[in-house]
Amino acid sequence: MRTVLYSSIVNTVRQMCIDAAYVLPDDVLARIKQAHSDETFPRARDILGQIIENANIAAEKKIPVCQDTGFALFFVKMGCGVRVDGGNLNDAVNEGTRKGYAEGYLRGSIVNDPVFDRKNTSGNTPALIHVDLVDGEQFEITILPKGGGCENMGGLAMLKPADGLPGIIKFVRETVAGAGGNPCPPTVVGVGIGGTADAACLLAKKALLRPVGVNHADNRYAKLENGLLEEINASGIGPQGLGGKHTALWVSVEYMPCHIASMPVAVSINCHAARRLTAVL
Amino acid sequence: MSDTINNINGAKDAKGVCGTAIIKISTPVDRGALMSLRAGDNVLLTGTIYTARDAAHKRFIECIDKGEPLPLSLDNQIIYYCGPTPPAPNHCIGSAGPTTSSRMDKYAPDILRKTGLSAMIGKGGRSIDVISAIKECGAVYFAAAGGAGALISSRIKSSQIICYDDLGPEAVYKFEVESMPLIVAVDSAGNDLYESGPQEYLSQKSR
Repeated sequence: MRTVLYSSIVNTVRQMCIDAAYVLPDDVLARIKQAHSDETFPRARDILGQIIENANIAAEKKIPVCQDTGFALFFVKMGCGVRVDGGNLNDAVNEGTRKGYAEGYLRGSIVNDPVFDRKNTSGNTPALIHVDLVDGEQFEITILPKGGGCENMGGLAMLKPADGLPGIIKFVRETVAGAGGNPCPPTVVGVGIGGTADAACLLAKKALLRPVGVNHADNRYAKLENGLLEEINASGIGPQGLGGKHTALWVSVEYMPCHIASMPVAVSINCHAARRLTAVL
Repeated sequence: MSDTINNINGAKDAKGVCGTAIIKISTPVDRGALMSLRAGDNVLLTGTIYTARDAAHKRFIECIDKGEPLPLSLDNQIIYYCGPTPPAPNHCIGSAGPTTSSRMDKYAPDILRKTGLSAMIGKGGRSIDVISAIKECGAVYFAAAGGAGALISSRIKSSQIICYDDLGPEAVYKFEVESMPLIVAVDSAGNDLYESGPQEYLSQKSR
């Protein structure tokens, strides 16, 4: 049994919140630069240029890439042979989040009650924590700070098995096209297929954890990813919805088994500031 | 942003991106000049703007509905849909990009018609009702690059909370901006770049 200290989870999470807000992942920035050089529409090229300049300013000046520093989503892979010493995982992640958002001058974007009070909790907590229990003694934690503007544009369809691949493509295309300029295109699109309604939504989020430019290992799904990207970019919506070649930077699909009666499809859209950071303890 | 920059009343012969000139605007804006802008124009804005997003708009409308005065005059002013991050030491403000404008669509027509507001800055398309009110009031809707909060922050020279401090990031801030890059997204004639921009790209591509 390996011991991971509560305090080291707090400190790691604190630093991850800050670093993820200030610096875009290399794969995302590289893809944006590639889009900039491939873009044929002048207005779109100009906007992509601003996005690159923004990433440079953020990293240099240590200021958040985007003012929406997101809902702090965490994905933890925790070995069954790991024990947290000094407190529980949930408290450690929330304490680290509160510290990171305060000490990194990040925005608290969470309200306590969705309907009645809508009072800002200030520390951007609670964080949303998904834990996968795995074999061994590993402890890996990933933050996905998820902006509200792009999160609002996601969707779920409980398709029929008879809808097949065309039904999936139609739903993804319509969801992304319907979002227009709202989710800050060029976006990264996560698609979860299978499971139940809730599982498909979580899968779509997990699809956003894969680096952009890396296809699914299963060739059939890799082909679906490339086809969806082509369909989405054929819309002409473009960067910020003002026209252009790049509406999405990448599409990642994840799947899981499902009921004989079902074919759930969920779409989670991430903005071009597709922030993500992983740490191993 | 490259090529020649012109003043709003200057000659528009120099070509910037998309064949349009980059137009400099200062506040207080001249309505006539504002109304001469066309969807797709690139603008650099200098002067005073006020932030307001969901919660502040809700309070504005509550004031208007009760017949009470707003805590600030919006007459001929510009509202920026933005909830910035707090400033780090030695900064006047943190990251300060636009938020999704469509969430303010419910409030914007009344605010345009009842306060004299001249322009809004945000990101993403607007409803038919908002576009009608923009036309009726001779206003303009500008798009700022969403997710470019650090770049925009570098163009903000001072910031001050004006009201609704209790709303945290949703408080109303007064920003003094210098050369804030904007695109005219809906002009005073009701032309909508979220409709025409993608069509323009697709027709150019098929040529």
